[in-house]
Amino acid sequence: MIDGFIALYIFMLAAFTGYEIIGRVPVILHTPLMSGSNFVHGIVMVGAMIVLAHADTTLEKAIGFIGVLLGAGNAAGGYVVTERMLEMFKSSKKGG
Amino acid sequence: MTLLTVVQAAYFVAAVMFILGLKRMSSPVTARQGIVQAGIGMVIATIATFYFYFFDASGNYVLHVDNLVLCIAAIGIGTSVAWISGKKVAMTDMPQMVALYNGMGGGSAAAIGAVELFKAAALAGAAVTAIDMQAAQEQFGFTKSLLAVVGALIGAVSFSGSLIAFAKLQGWMDKRYTFPGQQAFNLLLFVAAIVLGGLLMFQLDERIIIAFFIVCLVLGVSMTLPIGGADMPVVISLYNAFTGLAVAFEGYVMQNPALIIAGMVVGAAGTLLTQLMAKAMNRPITNVLFSNFGGGGAAAQEISGSQKPVEASDAAVMMAYAERVVIVPGYGMAVAQAQHKIWELTQQLMKRGVKVKFAIHPVAGRMPGHMNVLLAEAGVPYDLIADMDDINPEFPNTDVAIVIGANDVVNPVAKTDPTSPIYGMPILDVSLAKNVIIIKRGKGTGFAGIENALFYQDNARMLFMDGQAAGAALIAAMKELDGGGH
Repeated sequence: MIDGFIALYIFMLAAFTGYEIIGRVPVILHTPLMSGSNFVHGIVMVGAMIVLAHADTTLEKAIGFIGVLLGAGNAAGGYVVTERMLEMFKSSKKGG
Repeated sequence: MTLLTVVQAAYFVAAVMFILGLKRMSSPVTARQGIVQAGIGMVIATIATFYFYFFDASGNYVLHVDNLVLCIAAIGIGTSVAWISGKKVAMTDMPQMVALYNGMGGGSAAAIGAVELFKAAALAGAAVTAIDMQAAQEQFGFTKSLLAVVGALIGAVSFSGSLIAFAKLQGWMDKRYTFPGQQAFNLLLFVAAIVLGGLLMFQLDERIIIAFFIVCLVLGVSMTLPIGGADMPVVISLYNAFTGLAVAFEGYVMQNPALIIAGMVVGAAGTLLTQLMAKAMNRPITNVLFSNFGGGGAAAQEISGSQKPVEASDAAVMMAYAERVVIVPGYGMAVAQAQHKIWELTQQLMKRGVKVKFAIHPVAGRMPGHMNVLLAEAGVPYDLIADMDDINPEFPNTDVAIVIGANDVVNPVAKTDPTSPIYGMPILDVSLAKNVIIIKRGKGTGFAGIENALFYQDNARMLFMDGQAAGAALIAAMKELDGGGH
């Protein structure tokens, strides 16, 4: 059970982690990183999957279905777009 | 060790891989491995989650066939549609795709909140006595219902707001929609959302839940409608942070550490990124959200002089015999798909021994770093690309600065005219170069709708052409020089 102060600690430490990671990023990677972090919150799909697994009524199932659909779109789209951007950064290294 | 322990371990591994992946994404050398690593983490977490379709809360085998079918269908449809659209989209359209996918994530978080609230409402509704009612409320718990409501609010606003941002950048609604009393209306919606959300803490009623979500969705739309295109990157970044927070809060409701950690990391990173962007544009985030940019007809200082046109052949001569050339690309270059021609031109100049650099304003393109992506796509190597702070001291020693498709980020009124809406915004000091050539289709103003004093300077020459055509004409003129000169 994640509760009370344990939850607060997790929230706090995760927030610092996020802040630290971005703090030292060169400007040229801001767009890919925004896209990459957009992919990471695609984990919401997992939450929606659990909700759908436990859905009983038709309404719950319908909303759960939409949740998983949107979450999957977030994850898949975020991955493809980020990967495409970073792919180009890789190829540009041979120049110069 | 039970199977549930394995699932928990999978979430732990996923959380670690997300953090390491993001860390690797913060350096150009390891960035590609970073996204792949985060991707593997996502697949592990997704596979582990199927556990919940086969076992109930106490670990007994119970197969929910129809839920499982729905889940697989949803993943299949969502993944394939997003995958194909993500593969197809042009690099210039990347920002709106990020907005779209981000909105989907916000919607998903709001959906989780909705189901949790409806479930709790059903429990409360089945309660016959006041004691049952209290028991139902307690089972959901104060913190849980608070975070479920707040997460749903943020997620729903991020969902509808991001969709509007997408539509605006896609060019489907390229106007700013304003009406008198809009801010009061938004405030009213916000208060209504808080009141309805607060009511839900004490009275879990299905009608209130529905009203709450409607108000949240309208609030997202209404908040985003008046914001202009120039501010859109900041808004997308803000909604990205919103979705992260919504995911973290709903993660608490679900008691799922992977959601809490991933959501919170993104929430914090997104907030910082939003601040960096707003700072680069000299637009405090409150101004972006609550003021009407470029709407007022403030009496700007008169700009004297005239714009002096130049032919491509003359411009080519200026560049070819220069020692140092700085190219300042803007979003207009990308729209004209001119980056490949410009890179070809750069190679021509370098062959002649001209020192060429690209100067990138932090908000060139539609998001910070967007221009770097577009130049990388054309094959321009890193070391030719300079940030604003590095290149600004070099402009006085620059023989020719070429501005292509950039406007507001080179406008000297940002330094000279306190009445200008862009006053105080850091700019590229192109106006200090010995000669400036501005490649532009016509005499229009930039995103901010402000006249550019640079265009009227004595050292400035206008090359009125489409970016791609200008690139081709310059290359041709340069080749002609070679043919005649050697």
